Amino acid sequence: MQWETVIGLEIHVQLCTGSKIFSGAATRFGAEPNTQACAIDLAMPGTLPVLNEQAVRYAIMFGLATNSTINLRSVFDRKNYFYPDLPKGYQTTQLEQPIVGPGVVEIELEDGSSKNVRLHHAHLEEDAGKSLHEDYHGMSGIDLNRAGTPLIEIVTEPDMRSSKEAIAFARKMHAIVTSLGISDGAMAQGSMRVDVNISVRPQGSDELGTRTETKNLNSFKFMEDAIRVEVHRQIELIEDGGVVAQETRLYNGDTGEARSMRSKEEANDYRYFPCPDLLPVVVDQAIVDEIAASLPELPDTRQKRFITEYGLGRYDAGLLAGEKTMADYFEATVAQCDDAKLSANWITAELAAALNRHDIELEDCPVSARQLGQLITRIIDGTVSGKIAKQEIFPALWDGEAGVDQLITDKGLRQVSDSSALEQLVDQVLADKAEQVEQYRATEEKKRKKLLGGFMGPIMKASGGQANPAMVSEILKRKLEP
Amino acid sequence: MHKLTIAGIVEGLGRGDFSSEEITRHYLRRIEQLDARYNSFISVTPDQAVARARAADKRRSKGDAPPLCGVPIAHKDIFCTEGIRTSCGSKMLDNFVPPYSATAVDNLAQAGCVTLGKTNMDEFAMGSSNETSFYGEVGNPWDTGRVPGGSSGGSAAAVAAHLCPAATGTDTGGSIRQPASLCGITGLKPTYGRVSRYGMVAFASSLDQAGPMTRSAEDAALLLQAMAGFDPRDSTCSDIEVPDYSAGLDKPIDGLRIGLPREYFEQGLDTGTETAVRGALAELEAMGARLVDIDLPHSHLSVAAYYVIAPAEASANLSRFDGVRYGYRCKNPRDLNDMYTRTRTEGFGDEVKRRILVGTYVLSAGYYDAYYRQAQKIRRLIKNDFLAAFEQVDVIAGPTSPTTAFEMGAKSADPVQMYLEDIYTIATNLAGLPGMSIPAGIIDGLPLGLQLIGNYFDESRLLNIGHRFQQATDWHQQTVSQCMQEV
Amino acid sequence: MSLDKNDIRKLAVLARIDVDDAIIDDVASKISDILAMVDQMQAQDTSAVEAMANPLDAVQRLRRDEITETDQRQSFQAIAPATEDGLYLVPKVID
Repeated sequence: MQWETVIGLEIHVQLCTGSKIFSGAATRFGAEPNTQACAIDLAMPGTLPVLNEQAVRYAIMFGLATNSTINLRSVFDRKNYFYPDLPKGYQTTQLEQPIVGPGVVEIELEDGSSKNVRLHHAHLEEDAGKSLHEDYHGMSGIDLNRAGTPLIEIVTEPDMRSSKEAIAFARKMHAIVTSLGISDGAMAQGSMRVDVNISVRPQGSDELGTRTETKNLNSFKFMEDAIRVEVHRQIELIEDGGVVAQETRLYNGDTGEARSMRSKEEANDYRYFPCPDLLPVVVDQAIVDEIAASLPELPDTRQKRFITEYGLGRYDAGLLAGEKTMADYFEATVAQCDDAKLSANWITAELAAALNRHDIELEDCPVSARQLGQLITRIIDGTVSGKIAKQEIFPALWDGEAGVDQLITDKGLRQVSDSSALEQLVDQVLADKAEQVEQYRATEEKKRKKLLGGFMGPIMKASGGQANPAMVSEILKRKLEP
Repeated sequence: MHKLTIAGIVEGLGRGDFSSEEITRHYLRRIEQLDARYNSFISVTPDQAVARARAADKRRSKGDAPPLCGVPIAHKDIFCTEGIRTSCGSKMLDNFVPPYSATAVDNLAQAGCVTLGKTNMDEFAMGSSNETSFYGEVGNPWDTGRVPGGSSGGSAAAVAAHLCPAATGTDTGGSIRQPASLCGITGLKPTYGRVSRYGMVAFASSLDQAGPMTRSAEDAALLLQAMAGFDPRDSTCSDIEVPDYSAGLDKPIDGLRIGLPREYFEQGLDTGTETAVRGALAELEAMGARLVDIDLPHSHLSVAAYYVIAPAEASANLSRFDGVRYGYRCKNPRDLNDMYTRTRTEGFGDEVKRRILVGTYVLSAGYYDAYYRQAQKIRRLIKNDFLAAFEQVDVIAGPTSPTTAFEMGAKSADPVQMYLEDIYTIATNLAGLPGMSIPAGIIDGLPLGLQLIGNYFDESRLLNIGHRFQQATDWHQQTVSQCMQEV
Repeated sequence: MSLDKNDIRKLAVLARIDVDDAIIDDVASKISDILAMVDQMQAQDTSAVEAMANPLDAVQRLRRDEITETDQRQSFQAIAPATEDGLYLVPKVID
């Protein structure tokens, strides 16, 4: 039987406010345990929440960027359950009246096709702390620094039909929140975590199958792997006559395996009700308009601009505009060298490959956009060849050996464009190849071009790759004339 | 010295009749020697009190005395006090010493008040008799075999027994007014949002409100003046300006329209209570007030709505008591769940557990609409009743408590009977209105209060009426000889 | 609404409270009494009434995004049941 996969996503995005959603404690990542958990975050008796204005603005920005309804009145609810990383014994979240939603987002797939994914809603809530499972005499350690960090939870309709679509959507969300500057998007640090709801059904069926939820995937790679594993598991289960149980699953990125979450197994009843310590959030339409007017450029708009302003192809433009850091890097490179196409090629090919090889993010790239721009400038002005730039200079820049021009000088990589030197070089090589020269001259003109390579290679080699190939070719042709 | 009101103490301190240290030591001595009878204090803090009193005396000598400089008071043990154990009447917080203070406590300290200690209360403010405290029941100073009311029973008893001139209380369904009525003192529950809830251990967040418990309306004005005001740390705290409560105390009340809810007077009101309340109303009428019958047609639903909303909010508010970060943790937990369950089972008393279970039930899947949402709708109907009434009258009056103080144990076996203690006070909390109880009569040797309910943020009017009434009567000065005993 | 033992057990699990078998009938009967009293509400038609969560019908005030809290771990953990290396310790957490 042919199976269709149905996927809905719940994406938690940490908002990069300075302080927490309901307290004045800092949200900085990586602080010593519990040094950023204040009395409110620790749920000390009698403490009360007050809502962070910036978190509200960020949520509205997200809603505007995703063509969503902004609910001018939204309400915080308490979601009750016991867990050591949840100090109050309830999470403050939004259920019935979220601040954003519904909306719709267009995703673009590798084959150039596009598709709409509907957002059910997006709501504001607080993050929980962390349980550290290292062994403290048989106990777990609780760090509540993260407790109270503002999140938006983005909930989609089950509109995606493959892991490719799901990942394209997640990437789009990442691009939007980073472009808006409302999240740092640092997935490895948990700034964006994806829960994937997956079900399968016979191709052509209208009914949804029973879904499972795989929680807390913090990379696109894990998303892809976890979806593949889960889809495979469900299909196999059904084909073997089994039934998919509605459950929460945990995917382990290290082992590539998933299992049912024990803590979520017992049927829970979250007893949501409006939080009486917080009042309804009422936003003036004028504020929404003001935020809309000052919204930074979004990935879609930037992609279009890259096409018209820089003459990039749709695919490259999309690739570059899809990540804010990448798009900024690209534009900074172009600003330096004034050649958009060459910049785009370098970034999507050499730079991307190097980042991949070293497994680091663009933010941490040792070669700055300015340096890359300088390098490209030196290719354009003929100081170095593209080949030398790739093979010699770029790796040295990456290793931080020196600046572009310094490297060219120190390593003696300057392209030889001195015509008398080149003439000498050509004469030397031709002198050794008298036979081939004769053969060349005897060949009819149309077919000579083919033979030219037999001279170019050795000449370039003799120059240590530094000879200006265009000039060599010209000199060579002239000298070979009968 | 213990005969003095706050107003009297402020005058005496100002004139130099005595120092803050002297009057503070005087009250500390009284507590030490007399409180064994009443058990009205959970913690007494003599060292801090004397140090604060000395500091107050120094300030006064320098000429920069704030309004209540050096005045000793007590706080209900529900208010967090930095460095002083805050138990909330529960084993759960028996070892809890908060590193911060409630805003109301800070405000009173700013105004110069000296803290004598922390008063007994029903556990987590859940009770109407002070019998649910982990620290034992409190005796009513008028008859120690009877309850002082609750949940601010310790504060009421301490003020009535002259162990402190005034105390703070909190009122979620009547917890300031009912014990004030039963102990013969003045108790004011302000408008919801008038006093910050920050640092007050939460029972039911949308109903809780702190207020003063004093021996006169004049004193209540002085204390509320210091307690009230905007607090950026409490989202539900109002930023409406705080008026000068003492300024209007003496205003004449002729022409005042007092509404008498038919529902309070017609349905099974105790005859003794009715006699006392009618007597007080006649007094107000003689002072020029006009009595107008009004209707509060949904008032019969207030206890029902309250016993959905309050336990629901409490069930969530009390989830933080899990043995992880502070407070009680059970011994040798087998696993995480065992730690939670035994910590909470051992740390909470029966009434608290009962209300948590009720709250859990009314919020659970399938019951939310029938209980919680319905109660919130009834809450609006009740508020609308009051709004309509205030179109016709300036203030509403009725009994505070159904009867005078009952004997210990009389209602503890039957929660519903106990809940009906607050039948006249609960609607005010649901609507968020201010309410005050003032001593209005004595029946068979036991005091009873008259309740006055005002419009939103109209505390000034309640205090004005209370003060005028207390100028014309002496119910608020009545006491029993035991309470005046010298030490 | 009348609750039986099993209802109480379910609520007790949700609330992390243990109700001993010796008292469970009494607990069930008292809670049933309370719910019976509460059920007076059911006769009231409220179909046209908007629920009221806050007595003042006020709206949320927003806080400026400023860091106002400093590290007080030491004083907070001084009153904690069990800590080590700045962490709160609890019996093993199993996801």
